[in-house]
Amino acid sequence: MEEPCLIEKSELNRLIERLIREGFLVLGPRVEDSAILYCEIQSMRDLPRGYRDTQEPGKYRVAESNGENYFEFNLGPHSWKQFLFPPKQSVSSCKKTDNGWEFTTNVDSPPKFAFLGVRACELAAIEVQDRVFLEGPFVDPVYQARRESTFIIAVNCTVAASTCFCTSMGTGPKCKSAFDLALTELDDGFVVEVGTTRGRSMISDLNIRKIDREHASDSQLLQQRACDQITKRMDTSGIRNLLLENLDHPHWDDVAKRCLSCTNCTMVCPTCFCSSVTEVSNLSGDQIERERQWDSCFNVDFSYTASGTVRDDVRSRYRQWLTHKLASWHDQFDSSGCVGCGRCITWCPVGIDLTAEVAAIRNTPFSNRTLPVIQPVSKAACAFPKDFKP
Amino acid sequence: MGVFKFASCDGCQLQLLSCEDELLSIADAIDIVHFLEASSHVEPGPYDIALVEGSITTNVDRNRILEVRKHSKYLVTIGACATAGGIQALKNWGDRSDYLRAVYARPEYIETLSTSTAIADHVKVDFELRGCPINRLQLIDVILSLLADRAPRTPRHSVCLDCKRRGTVCIAVAQDAVCLGPITQAGCGAICPAYQRGCYGCFGPAAQPNCDSLADWYLAGRATPVELVPLLRNFNANAPAFRECGDRIDPFLDSGGTT
Amino acid sequence: MNAKPDLTKARRSSEPWHTFPVTIRRVCAEAPNVMTYDFEFDNHSDAQQYAFSPGQFNMLYVPGAGEAAISIAGRTNEGRFLKHTIRTVGVVTQAIAKGGVGMSLGLRGPFGTSWPVDFFSHQLKRDVIVVAGGIGLAPLRSLVLFLIQHREKVGSVRLLIGARSPEDVVYESELHEWSENGVEIHVTVDRPSLNWRGQVGVVTLLLGRIAIPRPQSTLVMTCGPEVMMRYVAKSAMDRKIPTENVWLTLERNMNCAIGLCGHCQLGPKFICKDGPVFRYDYVRDLLRVQHF
Repeated sequence: MEEPCLIEKSELNRLIERLIREGFLVLGPRVEDSAILYCEIQSMRDLPRGYRDTQEPGKYRVAESNGENYFEFNLGPHSWKQFLFPPKQSVSSCKKTDNGWEFTTNVDSPPKFAFLGVRACELAAIEVQDRVFLEGPFVDPVYQARRESTFIIAVNCTVAASTCFCTSMGTGPKCKSAFDLALTELDDGFVVEVGTTRGRSMISDLNIRKIDREHASDSQLLQQRACDQITKRMDTSGIRNLLLENLDHPHWDDVAKRCLSCTNCTMVCPTCFCSSVTEVSNLSGDQIERERQWDSCFNVDFSYTASGTVRDDVRSRYRQWLTHKLASWHDQFDSSGCVGCGRCITWCPVGIDLTAEVAAIRNTPFSNRTLPVIQPVSKAACAFPKDFKP
Repeated sequence: MGVFKFASCDGCQLQLLSCEDELLSIADAIDIVHFLEASSHVEPGPYDIALVEGSITTNVDRNRILEVRKHSKYLVTIGACATAGGIQALKNWGDRSDYLRAVYARPEYIETLSTSTAIADHVKVDFELRGCPINRLQLIDVILSLLADRAPRTPRHSVCLDCKRRGTVCIAVAQDAVCLGPITQAGCGAICPAYQRGCYGCFGPAAQPNCDSLADWYLAGRATPVELVPLLRNFNANAPAFRECGDRIDPFLDSGGTT
Repeated sequence: MNAKPDLTKARRSSEPWHTFPVTIRRVCAEAPNVMTYDFEFDNHSDAQQYAFSPGQFNMLYVPGAGEAAISIAGRTNEGRFLKHTIRTVGVVTQAIAKGGVGMSLGLRGPFGTSWPVDFFSHQLKRDVIVVAGGIGLAPLRSLVLFLIQHREKVGSVRLLIGARSPEDVVYESELHEWSENGVEIHVTVDRPSLNWRGQVGVVTLLLGRIAIPRPQSTLVMTCGPEVMMRYVAKSAMDRKIPTENVWLTLERNMNCAIGLCGHCQLGPKFICKDGPVFRYDYVRDLLRVQHF
């Protein structure tokens, strides 16, 4: 990767202008509804300059400070997931004709997104969803159409919230890859790192300065400050087996007493990908849209089958979520499903903290185990016939 | 189809009336033969579909619902009154004679039960459509399903899921609002939180709600029982999950539970 | 033997939501609430590009009602036709039952893994024991027909059927033909009728009684309630059949059928793409966890 460079703060406006001119829908942080959300932005004026957030389990506040910086806050309730994997999206439709039903697969043409202000944990989350939606045997056309053209301007965190634990998950706070450009905000400018040739050409007409030693060390210090502010930890050593060895641990009952099964954690999670397709019919029932909507493993009906509901209590649903996120995700997608963003902790209406639940299981070994350890099975071990013709 | 009113405000029937455009398009399939809110012309049963609004608060109604059931293939209750006893179920926590004296000049003319109860407490109900008032789109969906001889499906998940799908910031977390969204069934479209107001439970308890956990969290700093109990005892006061939680935290209740 | 199929590559480029229009051409009652439907592709080109292996499933789509995952019960070479045996239980299957002959609907598929039909070879001539519980015979029917068609690739073929009562035995009219084609069939019921002359008791008892001369090269393939399949596997083990020779098919809520919606997970498995057919030892531990 080439050497980082420096731009004046106001140059970011020119970058935004250029992106808009090139047809991108620029999305970035903005203060709205007592939170910092990801919305369309037209210029730097829309950014939450001087705003700070405070977070703790079940609590989020945004307030103006006397600071001058544009990115001195952490994560809000929105994640970039809502743009790449929309909460509601028609996937196909059908129409009744004289000769029966006519089916159409919907091909939408989403706008070209430019994400401004993607944090390191969020880059990791996008990479996790890439593996889910793009790298399996089936590619999700909705995600693919959006992801392919998305331009990513990452921002290195210079502060951290009490709910952040990216350092435990190895995803941050420094942005290392998966961006076109990455910014670090100093008092007198942005340090710019270039991640792709597309990123390089996008800043070609900005006033770029070489970075001097002082700027480099300021940038280092600020990133170190964010690191130092992260106090939350999750011990991930052997976490897959830890959880899958403890599927009948009594602590699941303890969480179930507190968990509302309300789906908030899964909705704010930047990697959760569960969905359901529902029928949206006109009144005469001859024109139907099949709409894919965000859904959640916390819903009772999510695991409904003809022979009964599989996960019919809160205990089994919380266990499903946590073991999927932190354990079986490794088997499925070769990584953790958790990036340490802490949203599920902040936005749980009763402040359940997954790091505390994992610690509780780790710290109270359970000796009455009756279940075997779920061993990983190689993905190649499936029974497709050789002569299969699709 | 027949539409029957019991103790209620008629708001849910109004939702049906406001479906007239939609109903026109399925007018061939449906014949409304008993709907006093809309027409004084009534025909006797049997009915393929009986939509029942309102709760049971009198002896006369208790017998009338048995008759409706007897003449109906599908009996669908609509609204918080019919599915949980409605706001009038607050009388279940009070003394009937006190109320009668406070409201009526001549209480001796009033004949009423001491409770307001859901239709399902009296007869078999084929489907319960929640809400105060019901959501008209859900009502149409139920009617369309029954016309197609299918079991209706309405989501049983929490309001939170709908807030998140529409991008509403959680006001319980961001503003310390006392919001029943996490324990309330969706169906309204998550309207109130989008206008910075806590959910007040119009659609009744979601599937397997954990009311106690949410109540304890709110009581630990954000609300007093005096504030929280009336929120739980609202349009769906007598829905078991809300009732039991309200009774548990009610400081004025001597012994647990009511009739 | 277990190589990933070319299928994945082909599928990657295609449309996972692509839906074939089909029409119900024939309905045949099998058991109370259970019917076998013959579907015909409306377009010949669809029929030509469609091919499945025994054990795979389709998503049957009734516009307005939704989709249901149904295993394919027919022969692999029936051209324009596809056979599904369906129990009327949910919204979609009710709609199909109500629609009957002439009903137009949609179909996506085929999805999922198949029975290990590539384990059959002229050299090995493995013995096969097929164990079905009730309507669990549906996804095994296409396997039985495949075995009849490739009779020379296998040794003995035994079909053990367990049903609640005699009237719950599906494909009863075909059993004679199958046995004439070299399939040894045993049927047992839990609740016999007055005129029932067959065996009574759970299907695993049959597995305990039949002769298994070559356990090491005997394959067991089973479909039925989960608890039944676990007992089948246990009985197989008792009869010295290695665990890796036991295969079963699982049921979970399937919404997308392409591993992207999360509904059908069982621990690390997506039933829709890693299954529904599994080698028993790959899922044995998962099946022991309640509500997993």
